Amino acid sequence: MRVELTGVTVQNIVEDISLHASNEVVGIVGPNGSGKSTTLRCVYRALKPHAGIVLLDGESVHKRQKIARDLAALTQESQVEFDFTVAEVVEMGRLPHDRDPEADRRIVADALATVDVSHLAGRGFLSLSGGERQRVLIARAVAQEPRVLVLDEPTNHLDIRHQLDVLALARGLGVTVLTVLHDLNLAASYCDRLYVLEEGRVVAHGTPEEVLVPELIAKVFHVTAHVVRHPTTGVPQLLFDQEVTP
Amino acid sequence: MIGKISALVGVLAVSIVAGVALGPVSVPFDVTLELLWAALTGGTVPADLAGQYHIVWDIRLPRVLLAAVVGAGLSTVGVAIQAMVRNALADPYVLGISSGASVGATAVATLGVLSGLGVYALSAGAFLTGLGATALVYITARSSRGLTPLRLVLTGTALAYGFSAVAMLLVFQAPRGEAARAAMFWLLGSLGGANWQSLPVATAVTAAGVVYLTTRARQLNALAMGDETATTLGIEVNRFRTHLFVVTAAITGVLVAVSGAVGFVGLMLPHLTRMVVGADHRKVLALAPLAGASFLVWVDVAARMLAAPEELPLGVITAALGVPCFIFLMRRRAYVFGGR
Repeated sequence: MRVELTGVTVQNIVEDISLHASNEVVGIVGPNGSGKSTTLRCVYRALKPHAGIVLLDGESVHKRQKIARDLAALTQESQVEFDFTVAEVVEMGRLPHDRDPEADRRIVADALATVDVSHLAGRGFLSLSGGERQRVLIARAVAQEPRVLVLDEPTNHLDIRHQLDVLALARGLGVTVLTVLHDLNLAASYCDRLYVLEEGRVVAHGTPEEVLVPELIAKVFHVTAHVVRHPTTGVPQLLFDQEVTP
Repeated sequence: MIGKISALVGVLAVSIVAGVALGPVSVPFDVTLELLWAALTGGTVPADLAGQYHIVWDIRLPRVLLAAVVGAGLSTVGVAIQAMVRNALADPYVLGISSGASVGATAVATLGVLSGLGVYALSAGAFLTGLGATALVYITARSSRGLTPLRLVLTGTALAYGFSAVAMLLVFQAPRGEAARAAMFWLLGSLGGANWQSLPVATAVTAAGVVYLTTRARQLNALAMGDETATTLGIEVNRFRTHLFVVTAAITGVLVAVSGAVGFVGLMLPHLTRMVVGADHRKVLALAPLAGASFLVWVDVAARMLAAPEELPLGVITAALGVPCFIFLMRRRAYVFGGR
């Protein structure tokens, strides 16, 4: 399924963002405050852009019926006030679909197993650690069986093993994934293409190889980077100098 | 779950019979059952039981049933409002309806407004100003982003202070202390005015509202997780919250009109229910109305008997019964309020 943003503008935050993703893993990277999350919020309809349009297979996300059957999102929102169990939280992913208790139960169990949180099923969501919560929310997105998955910093709070697991899982789903990532090396390892945002605008896009070059890193992030090859996968990885460039 | 529901239905049935039997003039349980049976099946009543029949059928039963309806309605509305504004401290009155109603009630009691309506004047006055206050909260809280939970709670709380000030002013300006006392008593909640005529509207509105909310249990779950999450799960958050606002305001308005502003039930019964079955609204909304109904039936029994022949306001008893019970449960079980 194809996601396409054209000229998306949210006053004072993002300006004329155009990007697309189609059955691939597309990363959005950029410094704090560059408009990454705002861009994603326009995709999962938490925000309506002041100008521009977000299309899902050619249809505006604000007009499309039953869009939640196709598009799931992991947001940065954290304001849960009531202690649902993990199984209940994951089951909420079935809300957009027609009810089928038996199938729903199976899908929820599969989602819990896929993200390796089956052992937490009976626990209260509020009693979990930040990393466990994050994985449970990813399990909910998996249970939603979307064709487009939008992830806002999915590796937040996760230890290194679960960071790798979650991104491998997202790739393995075989759906369109649009994800904001802070870690440029993870972005290089798991994304087919990257968009770099700076002050609300797309300043570069392309494969990790094309985008993650020292000149751009210096310009956007104000750090000095060296590109090396990963010894086994060969993807570009960055090493940083300790001095900050002006 | 089925077992818990059946158990609570049983408790409610027993509570209703006990509520009818108990009072300043006690009617033995077997006689109560016999009289209720005779009334329901159109049987005959021995002449020497005519007095007791009058107490059971004309005075106590409508009152006990109204207590059950009010208890069920307030608990259900409490559950829905806490999810709607995502605040564990919210109750049916958080949107200003009870303080708004207090303006109408005190105006009727102290100034004689609406006196043409006779015994219904207090209810009508409370209902009108209660709904008016809620409408004002709604209009004030609305913004370009719809009704956000924090704006709703803050607006409701702020305006409630204003309405209360008006009601207090009316009480202190009242020429007769007796009228002010009547208004205060009514505000703390009382079913003393219950009769068969007060039942149909309250029952119909509460039943319709409970059905609406129960069928939206999964949507309430999603809303309780946050507006953005609910949006990604396919809920039109602004429209859903507006519907919830209207439904909960309608139920609360009608219940306040027939029983005053009974406190505590709508705040604590939802939490008591969650302590037993967890946060899933499908379970909470199945049990909270039954639990609330039984609870308020017993509260009303206590209100009639503790200081007989005088009656105590319901709000005094709900607090006296509920607070210790609530603290006990909260300390005994690992219950989490908003992760804190």
